[in-house]
Amino acid sequence: MNRFPLWKNLLIFCVIALGALYTLPNFFGQSPAVQISSLGTTPPVGPEVQNQVEQALKVAQLAETRASLDGVGLRVRFADTDTQLKARDIIDHVLNPEGQPQHYVVALNLVPNSPSWLSEIGALPMYLGLDLSGGVHFLLQVDQQAALTKRLEGDGAEVRSELQDKQIYYDGLSRDGERLVLHFHDGASLSSAQQVLESIHHDMNLKAEGGDLVLSLKPETRAAIQDQAVKQNILALRNRVNELGAKEPIIQQQGADRIIVQLPGVQDTAKAKDIIGRTASLEIHLVDEDHPNPISVTQMPPPGDFLVLDRQGIPVFVRKAVVLSGDVITDAGAGFDSQSNRPTVNISMDAKGARIIRQVSRDNLKKRMAILLLEKSKTEAISVATIQDELGARFQITGLQSSKEANDLALLLRAGALAAPMDFLEERTVGPSLGAENIARGFHSTWIGFAAIAVFMVVYYALFGTISVVALAVNVLLLVGLLSLLQATLTLPGMAAIALTVGMAIDANVLINERIREELRNGNSPGAAIHAGYDRAFGTILDSNVTTGIAGLALFAFGSGPVKGFAVVLVLGILTSMFSSVLVSRALINLIYGRRRKIDHLSIGM
Amino acid sequence: MEFFRMKRDIPFMSWGKYTTTVSLITFLLAVFFLYSKGLNFSVDFTGGTVMEVHTAGQADLTGMRLSLKQLGLHDANVQNFGSSHDVLIRLPLRHGVSSGALSEKVRQALRQQDASLQVRRVEFVGPQVGDELVKDGSAALLFVSLGIVIYLSLRFKWRPAVATLMANLHDVVIILGFFAFFQWEFSLSVLAAVLAILGYSVNESVVVFDRVRENFRKMRGASVSQVIDNAITRTMSRTIITHGCTQLMVTSMLFFGGEALHYFALALTIGILFGIYSSVLVASPIAMALGMTRADFLVSDRKTNTLPDTP
Repeated sequence: MNRFPLWKNLLIFCVIALGALYTLPNFFGQSPAVQISSLGTTPPVGPEVQNQVEQALKVAQLAETRASLDGVGLRVRFADTDTQLKARDIIDHVLNPEGQPQHYVVALNLVPNSPSWLSEIGALPMYLGLDLSGGVHFLLQVDQQAALTKRLEGDGAEVRSELQDKQIYYDGLSRDGERLVLHFHDGASLSSAQQVLESIHHDMNLKAEGGDLVLSLKPETRAAIQDQAVKQNILALRNRVNELGAKEPIIQQQGADRIIVQLPGVQDTAKAKDIIGRTASLEIHLVDEDHPNPISVTQMPPPGDFLVLDRQGIPVFVRKAVVLSGDVITDAGAGFDSQSNRPTVNISMDAKGARIIRQVSRDNLKKRMAILLLEKSKTEAISVATIQDELGARFQITGLQSSKEANDLALLLRAGALAAPMDFLEERTVGPSLGAENIARGFHSTWIGFAAIAVFMVVYYALFGTISVVALAVNVLLLVGLLSLLQATLTLPGMAAIALTVGMAIDANVLINERIREELRNGNSPGAAIHAGYDRAFGTILDSNVTTGIAGLALFAFGSGPVKGFAVVLVLGILTSMFSSVLVSRALINLIYGRRRKIDHLSIGM
Repeated sequence: MEFFRMKRDIPFMSWGKYTTTVSLITFLLAVFFLYSKGLNFSVDFTGGTVMEVHTAGQADLTGMRLSLKQLGLHDANVQNFGSSHDVLIRLPLRHGVSSGALSEKVRQALRQQDASLQVRRVEFVGPQVGDELVKDGSAALLFVSLGIVIYLSLRFKWRPAVATLMANLHDVVIILGFFAFFQWEFSLSVLAAVLAILGYSVNESVVVFDRVRENFRKMRGASVSQVIDNAITRTMSRTIITHGCTQLMVTSMLFFGGEALHYFALALTIGILFGIYSSVLVASPIAMALGMTRADFLVSDRKTNTLPDTP
């Protein structure tokens, strides 16, 4: 009656062994490392680079503990952060010599110490949340209105050139909110324009209103543009973060127009903030040569133009129509101009971009072209230059002040422009020392609480209490193993949830033990008492977990960030605690009592 | 070892008048403080910037306040946090100043005063986020409450279900009342604790009502209050031990978990203590007041015949 079949014992043993295996990596901790990855078109980091790095470190007498090459790049571990910081500077100096284009990203990082055979079977340490590992967290909101406006400006420019091509005359084109309004002075041009535009702009609604033709975006186009803006921004952010060399960053969409960026373990928070926060995008516009240069910044621009300042603070009128935007850029690298010896950014673009720039430059020889850098609420012309020749797929931006600026700009351009500017809704930075302290505190409080419960259970329920404690320990093991396996993010509230799960999971064993005592009091034989105790307590155990589970699910559904971490652990903890408190403790009881022919007494503290 | 060997049932239901009065007074007080003082919402909800800084020596709060005033931040709140070396600075939302720029300005100003100063944590929350959290928090509370009522209605009939929910919402209001009265910081993790408690203490009532059902079957001829008294007395051992164990863990968090877990553990402590009290001494009198009879259990009894008994 109190014996499990062999397969059940084996199953339980296997589950515990797996739990232990996947829990193991968490004990090795992390060590400070320098991560080297290649940039843009540079070939991936290989053994040559590793040799070069190791040589350099040997010369500088910095001891590395381990170096490993993988898909991301080279990771060199060090014993402490001091060595790590020194090593970063040395490696950076060797791989990216002063005055040459940057080929490698050299970033500070923390990497797990667990042996490689564990990583190979997918046993990785739990993923530590920001409050435990230190790092940065941003919640960004994409300004979708700006994306729509940008699209409409682009459409406006197309409409202008299409009507020009077809020689349809109109009085003017203006943008009124989310509509483009074309003014005509005769109905004939209006209807021919409508015909022409309708055949090209399938994604817009065209409507004649009086003497005007009104173009507005169809709702589905509008939605697509907004969605696209978020997606492109996520892509751009991902590229930027990769350039930072952050380990396993989290970049995800939240709701319709929000993006979460989390970079756990990033130690260089200032730089991360700077790169993520830069909302720069690049646009090429033609300078309006039909009107004289503005004299002052307050001068009203002619219709179809706007005023920007160049690096020297000289105002220029540029045409609103965008010739090219940053999304055609395939690569960008910082370099030096061989003649002037000034920093430059060399840009390559895709076929579409090349075609457009070739045509525009051919049509506008000897006119000026402005390269605008758009940052949130600020637009600056980083270069205004006369087109000397037909331009190709590659060109150079000059007019940069320092090689650092050139490097940063190249990074931003390479990483991709943002489709729309973003606002910071939330920003959290946790220093690494605070993270370590939080881990220690969470760990301590869990163990002290666990020990207190263990002492009580052993004293109160004797052998049955001891077995309950073993089951409780198995519960923690399985929970941590499961969290590691799922690579769930462990936050401080998550640690609190582990502690709370332990505190609540004991309920199941208390129920069982109390029930067994009661069965004994009612005069049942010890063997029957065990059997009835486990069987009858199960319904109540299930009940008590369902309600906690409902709360956990609600927290998961409505919670954000750390609360979600709490919820995940709470719900998983319910599953593991059901397994360990019912099956594991029963298996142990069965091993102890199930084999005896006659049981005189149960060691249950009564 | 055994703590609870009751020979006779404890007449809990005859105290119903007193316990209900006590509950009602605590509840009304909690509502009063929530109304008059309100909750001291953390930056998660209100928006703004929080900076945690650490100094090598004793932190000079007056000096810090002065430097912040010189920056024009008159409404900054500067407080010790955990130890005399740690300081928490709260800055309300400011229009037109980016959070990064603001925290950087503060950091520089404070470092001029004390070069050993380290910024350990910066949190900036924009105004939209806070409003949403309040909305999501209420939605979660509603979801949990509904989920529990639906679950309990499946297990029992509506009277015990409603009584349980009322008892546990009474706990939630009392936790909130404590936070309002002492003006403890109400953060996201406290909200998580409150919801976890809601799910956790419902178990208690489930166990009692399970036993009540069992008793209605066994104790023919006994009055409703006798049945309830017996059910509570016989489940008391389990209630106290389980909650005691959970409380051991929570106490450990309260004392060793540091500042970050302090209010979380505090909310759990209040919740556990009132949870025991309310599920035993509030839920049952309410169920009786709602007119709970044998019929409430016997009908659902047939449906749930397959469920095993409870201790």
